[in-house]
Amino acid sequence: MGGDSKYLGLWYVSPYILGFAMFTAFPFITSFYLSFTDYDLLSAPEWVGLENYEKLFERDRTFKKSLSVTLTYVALTVPLKLTFALFIAVVLNYRLRGINVFRTAYYVPSILGGSVAIAVLWRYIFAEAGLVNMIITMLGGEPVNWFGDPGNALFTITLLRCWQFGSAMVIFLAALQSVDKSLYEAASIDGAGPWQIFRNITLPLITPVIFFNLIMQTVQAFQEFNGPYIITQGGPLKSTYLLPLYIYDEAFKSFDMGYASAIAWVLFLIIMVLTLLAFWSSKKWVYYAGDKRS
Amino acid sequence: MVTLSDLPDQSRADRTPPTPLELKLRRQRRVSSAIRYVLLIVVGLIMVYPLLWLVGAAFKTNSEIFNSPWFWPARPTLEGFREGWETSTPYNFGHFFLNSMWIVIPKVIGTAISCTLVAYGFARFEFPGKKILFAILIATLLLPDVVTRIPQYLLFRELGWLDTYLPLFVPSWVAGDAFFVFMVIQFLRAIPREMEEAARVDGANTAQTLIFIVVPMLMPAIISVCLFQFMWTMNDFLGPLIYISSVEKYPVSIALKLSIDATEAFNWNAILSMTVLALIPSLVVFFLAQKSFIEGISTGGVKG
Repeated sequence: MGGDSKYLGLWYVSPYILGFAMFTAFPFITSFYLSFTDYDLLSAPEWVGLENYEKLFERDRTFKKSLSVTLTYVALTVPLKLTFALFIAVVLNYRLRGINVFRTAYYVPSILGGSVAIAVLWRYIFAEAGLVNMIITMLGGEPVNWFGDPGNALFTITLLRCWQFGSAMVIFLAALQSVDKSLYEAASIDGAGPWQIFRNITLPLITPVIFFNLIMQTVQAFQEFNGPYIITQGGPLKSTYLLPLYIYDEAFKSFDMGYASAIAWVLFLIIMVLTLLAFWSSKKWVYYAGDKRS
Repeated sequence: MVTLSDLPDQSRADRTPPTPLELKLRRQRRVSSAIRYVLLIVVGLIMVYPLLWLVGAAFKTNSEIFNSPWFWPARPTLEGFREGWETSTPYNFGHFFLNSMWIVIPKVIGTAISCTLVAYGFARFEFPGKKILFAILIATLLLPDVVTRIPQYLLFRELGWLDTYLPLFVPSWVAGDAFFVFMVIQFLRAIPREMEEAARVDGANTAQTLIFIVVPMLMPAIISVCLFQFMWTMNDFLGPLIYISSVEKYPVSIALKLSIDATEAFNWNAILSMTVLALIPSLVVFFLAQKSFIEGISTGGVKG
């Protein structure tokens, strides 16, 4: 659009620049600064150097527990959810009568997503007198203490998030549908079985979306808050006390803003390092169409 | 295997006896369809039954909830709704729904307008610093909110906005959700520019072009942005938990959490019936616009 000033576009994006500066860049830098201070909202932030971090790694047993719970949760939830999502996407990627009904049914739990209502539902379904135990008893099993037992509580929250695999599945499904069909025909005429076809043709071709889903789901899992906050309040015995809960408690219950910022930065750095690792390793396993390597 | 059903069924067309390979493929296809159906139905039941049970339980008496896993209520009653609606606070649930609307409406409108402007700027103009800004936009897609939350709180506290709805929707007026900007940009890139160029030749300025040419073509994208934002805002829990402290101003999500804490342990139907009500707006929106939802997710990629 020739005659316009070269700054015209800048006017259109100016809301973003303003928003980014005020609500992202400024808070981002401030939180880094705050992590080196002691700040209780009553008096001005007081510089304490590395003290918060020292306390975190040397003296804070709650942090140690919370960190290990968080890592366990992510290591459990992300692979389970993605495998399940991919599996269902493969099953759905087929011309069956009524396939749209299934697609919708599978997607509804995810659309309701992180809502409080669903967490509430979960709390009652897995309660001691809840639906799941009723069905287990009917089938002749022993009722399970889903939330009361520290060994089970975290897994029950993982189950909730796996139940909401829909958006990862929809992305997988779109990728599966874009795979060139002639490749399958050629392979099956050459005598390849279904598993071989999946392993050697489908899987390499959809690595870009596997990569995308992996990163998005990991970043999200590290920030899980609603599930444990509403269902278990972090308990029992802190077995579901994820880092975001700890940060929330330190910041908005104890008003220890400096210490909470330090925990937030540790969490952020973990996410960052893992994301960078994923990007770095992607050169070795992610295949992009039109790419010479294969 | 996935696409065997796409192969044309030639044997019927040219009446030659089917070759062994064709027979094998056909048998495989039939078996595979059967397995898929069984799988889909079993998994589908697991997916949907908790929701069915929830809706059924809302109409049951408490004793029935604890005695039967079957979802259909034997003697449907509105007792749960009547009790749950009143809540343990001086306000009824309708009040909390209205509160949610005071957050959702300004947020959705602000998001739609600001994201369209910004996406138009990125997709249709060259300007100094565009590359860096776009890189920042992409980077913020991955930036965990957890690291900016505390200073944001301090900022809003400084502004005197605590216990108001402002912190919940003002950031969206300045394109606070990078994800939506990105989604609209992707959509705009796929639209050819001829119409806009014709309008410019006829003497329209860029703002007129945006309003009269681009926005009508972008409508599907803008609508999905609005729908997503509607549902995410209705479902948002942590935001109001941090910023809203008086019960009078609670949105539905917080009110629901409050009702679990305040209700006696065995009065489930009151809570479950309000849970059903809390889900209705999102479900309605989803079924009204299912198609654009699923498209939006597959083009932009989405949280959830």
